[in-house]
Amino acid sequence: MAMMAATLMLAACDGAPPESRVAGGDPEVGRAIVAEIGCAACHRVPGVAGPAGMVGPPLDGFGRRAMIAGIAANRPETLVRWLLDPPAMAPDTAMPDLGLSEGQARHVAAFLYTLR
Amino acid sequence: MLQSMLRTATPQAESLAGLWWLMFWVCLAVFAVVMALMAAGLIGGRRPAGTERAIAIGTGLTAAVLAGLLVTSSLVGARVSAPGDGDPLRIEVFGRLWWWEVRYPGTGAVLANEIRLPAGRPAEIALVSDNVIHSFWVPGLAGKLDMVPGHSNLLRVTPAELGVYRGQCAEFCGTQHALMAFVVVVQPPAEFARWLAVQAEPAAEPADAQAARGQALFLASGCGACHTVRGIPADGRVGPDLTHVGSRLTIGAGILPQNVGTLGGWVANSQAIKPGNAMPAFDHFSGEQLRAIAAWLAGLE
Repeated sequence: MAMMAATLMLAACDGAPPESRVAGGDPEVGRAIVAEIGCAACHRVPGVAGPAGMVGPPLDGFGRRAMIAGIAANRPETLVRWLLDPPAMAPDTAMPDLGLSEGQARHVAAFLYTLR
Repeated sequence: MLQSMLRTATPQAESLAGLWWLMFWVCLAVFAVVMALMAAGLIGGRRPAGTERAIAIGTGLTAAVLAGLLVTSSLVGARVSAPGDGDPLRIEVFGRLWWWEVRYPGTGAVLANEIRLPAGRPAEIALVSDNVIHSFWVPGLAGKLDMVPGHSNLLRVTPAELGVYRGQCAEFCGTQHALMAFVVVVQPPAEFARWLAVQAEPAAEPADAQAARGQALFLASGCGACHTVRGIPADGRVGPDLTHVGSRLTIGAGILPQNVGTLGGWVANSQAIKPGNAMPAFDHFSGEQLRAIAAWLAGLE
């Protein structure tokens, strides 16, 4: 775990592209995951083909939004935790645990921060 | 997922692709000859002599090329609609507004928007509609065939290559015609037999407390008036049979992947995803209730 964290920190220092705000997250991989799991069933997602779901909030401008789900400050590590298990942070949320791996959640978070 | 009539997975589709290429090259040659003659006319100027002979040659060549293509396409048509060797697997597909109901007669298996076929065995797919005209088209497997109300058309394919093939409605049938897709999965015969046996069974018992709560909410909300879930008191015939919805690749007729998230989103507001579909938005559930229903549905494998 410590080694992984160290690797992620290194990646953030010199490896990650400037637009990625999430250690170990690749926005383009995240975009593909968003399309593959069908986030559009509930959310309007700019830049991803599919329907414009109106169950959860539209994700336009997510990178400028102050809060996640209206309950937590919008910080990269918090967003990753949210994506991994939303009901653990907000028991009343309609958003289920989608079974993302930690790596996948990091990619998706990196993609969401490109929506400005 | 590639959808191309040139990526063929059956002998029938291969014949059609061959015809397509033949027509492509013949038309290309005709186009080149016409352009060359036009260029010669523009550069060489008017030559009054020999006009009648030129008309005769032009008419004769055109008639010969068209007759050749007509005979070839008739022969290909006869070949693709001929019965295959061996005992065919019979399947019924009903075109609905705007999804596909799939039945495997004699087994009790009913599903939606997904057809599975064993590789190597001929399949006879009866195409039926009780509403408007649809057209059943899986470019990788066969040509398109109309689904006409009051008449059953028979499509014959013998899948040779394993894989997942996308199909779609190819006849304008209403506002959501463009979102009326499905998938065909060609599997090894043993895997197919196992899959079909599971599809014929009643729904699985809820795996945990959350799923049990989801099932109870489903029944209490009257979902069974439109949907069938074999094994519990839900036998509606308006929407898709959900007995094994958790085993499918897609929902909403091939437009979203099937998982706990998309199932919940569909239940809560399918009208935003596919406006005009027959299911109202069930937007009165709490978040926790919606997750329970979605979890139960996703567990119906």
